[in-house]
Amino acid sequence: MNFANQVLQWFLNGAHWQGDGGIPHRTFEHLAMSGASVLTAAVIALPVGIAIGHIGRGGILAINISNIGRAIPSFAVLVIAVELFGIGALPAFIALVALAIPPMVTNSYIGMREVDADVREAARGMGMRERAVLLRVELPIALPFIMAGIRTSAVNVVATATLAALVAWGGLGRFIVDGFGLQDYPMMFAGAIMVAILSLIVEFSLAGAQRLATPAGLRPSKTVQKEEPLGTTRDTAMVAA
Amino acid sequence: MLATGVVGAVEDPWIRWSWISGHADIIAAALVQHIQLTLIAVVVGLVIAVPLGLVAWRSRVFRGPIFSLTGILYTIPSLALFSALVPFTGFTILTSEIGLVSYTLLILIRNIVVGLNSVPDDVREAAQGMGYRPLAELVRIDIPLATPAILAGVRIATVTTIGLVTVTALIGEGGLGSLIYDGLLRDFKTPLVVGTVLSVALAVVADLSLAGAERVITPWSRARATT
Repeated sequence: MNFANQVLQWFLNGAHWQGDGGIPHRTFEHLAMSGASVLTAAVIALPVGIAIGHIGRGGILAINISNIGRAIPSFAVLVIAVELFGIGALPAFIALVALAIPPMVTNSYIGMREVDADVREAARGMGMRERAVLLRVELPIALPFIMAGIRTSAVNVVATATLAALVAWGGLGRFIVDGFGLQDYPMMFAGAIMVAILSLIVEFSLAGAQRLATPAGLRPSKTVQKEEPLGTTRDTAMVAA
Repeated sequence: MLATGVVGAVEDPWIRWSWISGHADIIAAALVQHIQLTLIAVVVGLVIAVPLGLVAWRSRVFRGPIFSLTGILYTIPSLALFSALVPFTGFTILTSEIGLVSYTLLILIRNIVVGLNSVPDDVREAAQGMGYRPLAELVRIDIPLATPAILAGVRIATVTTIGLVTVTALIGEGGLGSLIYDGLLRDFKTPLVVGTVLSVALAVVADLSLAGAERVITPWSRARATT
């Protein structure tokens, strides 16, 4: 029996679809942990990034937090969290929140700085109060960038949640880590495929959400699409995990 | 209960200097391996990315597929990619490098294409008017002007790779990641702290040296920034 067939048989085995260790429950765990971490990080990071962008001070911090985040390995963050909080769900959650914060701070800051000073002034000239300027002018323009930050963080979190199986937590990474430990390579490979597909689904659906969040007047036409290299101020927040 | 209480009472400190001095050779070997894995990944990544970047730049037909494919590779979590390769390439450096190289491609190719696209049409026309043939124009005009963007890509790819190398500890490589993994397995903080600190330090040193190299190689971009 060749390897592809073994993997297929693994997927077709009904026992792998049932109970707490089954594929549906592990997928649910993975998504629930990722969702909770991204939401918690958003509640912390977005107000900070938006406030720094609105006030216009502390930009160096907002930009560099992503660069610092990139230099610290996700794996190390996870293991340090285990040393601090024990094994299981809590250290995984805390590590994932910590990893999700920097791209969101940076991108929401960049989004707020993208708002043209003239636009802001015109809004004030029209008699808008500070609150209205923020809510009705700055935030809609910044929204695509904010969404980009959430997307980067979410993809990174889904990836790192896989590593959390190493610190005795569930999720789809369990199949990889257990397959590894039992030398059950079809199981390990099946786990890898499921994690990869889940990451791609998250990436593509959030990319769609990012497009929908772009106000109609700001959508780039195909011909004048602006391109910026990675590593400039606009795109400092990409990470791989 | 009592016995474990006594064992638990011996607090494991975050850093035990005696372990470091006793294991300097292991730490040095891990650091060297980390640098090797990173260097191979970035160099091989560049060797693949430059031709693909040129193709993606020149041909609209190939640009879409090249960006989609490298984007998909970039999105797949590292642990999934490494473990999907193990049944085929085993617990070898090859498995690690296939994974690490594929993560550099999106960053490098994207910056090559954007850098080349940013060369002003006037400059290109002037070169053609001066009689540059396509290859000479590419080598002497386009690539030098795209260098700042390309080097920015190399910087990000390098720092990203340094972080990802730690994950390869799970498939028997790992460089400094093997110290982190060792700390996790034995619940012993010192190797964890040493591995993490050295990995971050390596990323910072690599980033700063590449920034320095960028200033030396492209002095004009600094001149433009200050005026």
